[in-house]
Amino acid sequence: MKTSKTVRCMSFLFMFILLFLTTGCADNYIVLDPKGPIGEQQKDLMILSTLLTLIVIVPVLILTFVIVWRYRDREGRKAKYTPNWEHSTKLEIIWWGIPIIIITLIGIVTVRYTYSLEPSKPLESEKKPITIQVTNLDWKWLFQYPEQGIATVNYVQFPEDTPVRFEVTSDAPMNSFWIPQLGGQIYAMSGMSMTLYLQADEQGEYMGSGANFTGKEFAKMFFTANATSQEDFDQWVNQVKNTSPALTLDGYKELTKQGTSDVRYFSAFPEGLYEMTVTKYAASHNHGLSTRVQPPARVKE
Amino acid sequence: MWESVKEFASEFFVTGDPLIYGADVSIVLSIIAIVSVLTYFKKWGWLWREWLTTVDHKKIGIMYILASVLMLFRGGVDALLMRAQLVMPEMQFLSGDHYNQIFTTHGVIMILFMAMPLMFGLFNVIVPLQLGARDVAFPFLNALSFWLFFSGAMLFNLSFVIGGSPDAGWLAYPPYSELAFNPGPGQDFYIWGIQISGIGSLMTGINFIVTILKVRAPGMTLMKMPMFSWSVLSSCIAIVFAFPILTVTLALLFIDRYLGGHFFTLDGGGNPMMYINLIWMWGHPEVYIIVLPAFGIFSEIVATFSRKKLFGYKSMVFAMIIISVLSFLVWAHHFFTMGSGADVNAFFAVTTMLIAIPTGVKVFNWLFTMFRGKITFETPMLWTVGIIPNFVIGGMTGVLLSVAPADFQYHNSYFLIAHFHQVIIAGVVFGFFAGLYYWWPKIFGFKLNERIGRWAFWLWNIGFYLCFMPQYALGLMGMTRRIYTYGWDKGWFEMNLVSTIGAVIMGAAFLVQIWDIAHSIKHMKRDTTGDPWNARTLEWSIPSPAPFYNFAVMPQVTSQDDWHERKLRIEQGLEKPAKVALEPIHMPKNSGIPIVMSMFWFFVGFGLIFDWLWMAVPGFIGVIACMVVHSFNYDTDYYVTVEEIKRTEAEAGRVIT
Ligand code: HEM
Ligand SMILES: [Cu+2]
Ligand SMILES: [Cu+2]
Repeated sequence: MKTSKTVRCMSFLFMFILLFLTTGCADNYIVLDPKGPIGEQQKDLMILSTLLTLIVIVPVLILTFVIVWRYRDREGRKAKYTPNWEHSTKLEIIWWGIPIIIITLIGIVTVRYTYSLEPSKPLESEKKPITIQVTNLDWKWLFQYPEQGIATVNYVQFPEDTPVRFEVTSDAPMNSFWIPQLGGQIYAMSGMSMTLYLQADEQGEYMGSGANFTGKEFAKMFFTANATSQEDFDQWVNQVKNTSPALTLDGYKELTKQGTSDVRYFSAFPEGLYEMTVTKYAASHNHGLSTRVQPPARVKE
Repeated sequence: MWESVKEFASEFFVTGDPLIYGADVSIVLSIIAIVSVLTYFKKWGWLWREWLTTVDHKKIGIMYILASVLMLFRGGVDALLMRAQLVMPEMQFLSGDHYNQIFTTHGVIMILFMAMPLMFGLFNVIVPLQLGARDVAFPFLNALSFWLFFSGAMLFNLSFVIGGSPDAGWLAYPPYSELAFNPGPGQDFYIWGIQISGIGSLMTGINFIVTILKVRAPGMTLMKMPMFSWSVLSSCIAIVFAFPILTVTLALLFIDRYLGGHFFTLDGGGNPMMYINLIWMWGHPEVYIIVLPAFGIFSEIVATFSRKKLFGYKSMVFAMIIISVLSFLVWAHHFFTMGSGADVNAFFAVTTMLIAIPTGVKVFNWLFTMFRGKITFETPMLWTVGIIPNFVIGGMTGVLLSVAPADFQYHNSYFLIAHFHQVIIAGVVFGFFAGLYYWWPKIFGFKLNERIGRWAFWLWNIGFYLCFMPQYALGLMGMTRRIYTYGWDKGWFEMNLVSTIGAVIMGAAFLVQIWDIAHSIKHMKRDTTGDPWNARTLEWSIPSPAPFYNFAVMPQVTSQDDWHERKLRIEQGLEKPAKVALEPIHMPKNSGIPIVMSMFWFFVGFGLIFDWLWMAVPGFIGVIACMVVHSFNYDTDYYVTVEEIKRTEAEAGRVIT
């Protein structure tokens, strides 16, 4: 059977477009352009697992093409035809075996990285980590700096080369806290405080977002994560301390109301606000361990 | 008085959106059109006798398929609306609320009211025929399953114009789906629409397990059973374990919302994570439930169009059973980032990857069925061959996602959207299309047009790659799912544009397919052979379309691919068409109870959604009354006479002596 001309033209067009797609501009792929140790390792892992799977996938794709081409029914073909050949132990062992080997490899790598990249595990560094407490609100992010005593909305700044210990909770439906260039996300859930260590090795403004749907204006929950030098950071903290209003309890209540928000700075926040937000729900929400009293922060130090 | 009516109407009906007014008008117009056509041609009685009350598995199957094509249209329009909104940054086409409702209805409709019924449609038309049976094990229950699915689907669709659609995503995670954040009736439409149809699905699962285990033709041992039937069996086993979880989960959510329970709320001792665990204990097996039958379909088609025996039958069966068991052990891969700790994540990452092994084996077996075969590319085979690269790539990205620490970066991004559409569209929907093209002559008695079918195939595939390949890229660019708008600064414009173009091409492909059907109905050439593809299994041994009693004489099975072997023996003169003595055939009678009972279920659901007990309670009494009436009905069967069998077979071009 002869494929019609239209079909051929279309498949050509199709391959052309694919080619065009795969050569797109590369600097946009922020996940593949990490700026910190966690993102870095995750990228390595992504590439490694891709290569391992390609060991199976590419031969299969080629094999598919070759078989379909060679054994198509046409006049005077020379390829063999064995209508009743339906079993071969040798072949079966090969293709149970290959996937088993590849999956074992990927599995081992995965398990090792799962332990080493556990998000609540502190990063190795000479510098003392800085703690930033993140609260997911409807539809904005509140950042509190317990050591510096300041707070911000939809903007977070921290020094480069310093581990940042994000403590993440929610005073709204469950969201997910994600700064792709620094590393993977963690869910923000009411009643618990999740810990996520990230670090920026380079100064720069990185995109951050809410990754788990929380309603109407969820799409507006982007924020900027700005990694600067230690001096710039200290200066910024001082500036916020000196020029911005304080966040009061009433002000916080106002923030929890549904609505989007611009970037905002606060020179102070109510003592223990983050812990209060967590414990407000904590009694009810502790991964089913309801008989045990759950400490606000899940992580053993 | 008038004022209060107006006030009620403005709350009850969804108002204020031109799209929805348009839908209102078209719904009313099409109802008027349908009613007047039926009345004009005096077809009400025919419709009732021949279709609405039927217990014939083939007709029920056709109704499933019809409903699912309608739902594909609805879900497809939703998809196009979303892609239109995302085509470029800062689009002002849909508001956030509206977008959320659309992706929620799109997801629910595509999975539960499109893929599931399309699958049940194929189960119904084909399985009994493949098994050499006269019907499913419980024909009445089968009709009831269909009508429950149908009233659930209608209930869900109504939310679009009445009360407002759900907007919490297709799995409705609390606390967002709880009363505190979601006070309108939309979420209750979700609960009851799915609940009612879900009960239907569970019953179908039971029905087909019993059918496959109990009513096979004499001689057909399990290891001689066609692969599609095997895939249906493994899928149904998963249904029977998964759907009760769904029923309970939705019931608990409803108790939370309606009776002030605290199962999943944040106060009063509730735990939203419990819901997320439960819903995925159903949700993950659910995706295997719909993909396993597609595996069966590929196996049948590959063997038929390679003119070769299926390679590695035993391994295929074994692989399918492993898949259906493993699918219950992987659910937590949907929330690696919830902080369950490294032990839990490592366990679920590994169980997830393990599924890739049996799946990979199946692909090899299909390839080696083609190896040393004589492959022809009629539309069903074209689809099957086209699916293989798609499915292989989708499977590969699945393995990538299962690498837990890497999933911290893929999760909730467009990479995930691209992955699951690739397996669900290219694996499941295209698989069912292949099955539909393959069995179409058996169902309707004529083939679909090959040339238009080819157009549809290419448009679907090109559209697919254009739409979803860029989404893998978007995921790596950090674009999160379920956002209705984004800024120019993100650099996501080009890929989104290409993606939307792809979606439009798929929309065109759907229209071409509808045209294919219309064209083929008009210019059809009847299939007089009953076996237009020169196929291998029993369903092809009877006339097309199958007579209502299926087999005039019960087949006696001696081997795998029995029909193929029988054809060979007749060709070589080893077997002559035997003289047979026809006997009267025992058949179930039609019944109006399934449709009436499902209507009552509809009232129960609708009443509970709006808290109208005056509607829900009588509705429930109606349901019970239907059960009582049915259990006292002893007049449920009849016999087809030998004369009628002879006449029917002669009309189909077969003379039985
Ligand atoms: C035919 C072309 C299709 C297109 C263009 C399309 C497009 C989309 C888009 C744009 C979204 C929303 C992504 C987001 O904002 O998060 C989506 C979500 C989804 N789609 Fe499709 N889709 C198609 C077919 C299907 C099919 C066939 C199925 C299943 C059988 C399906 C199942 C889903 C599900 C489950 C979701 C998730 C909904 C949610 O987030 O709650 N789609 N699709
Ligand atoms: Cu939690
Ligand atoms: Cu899953």
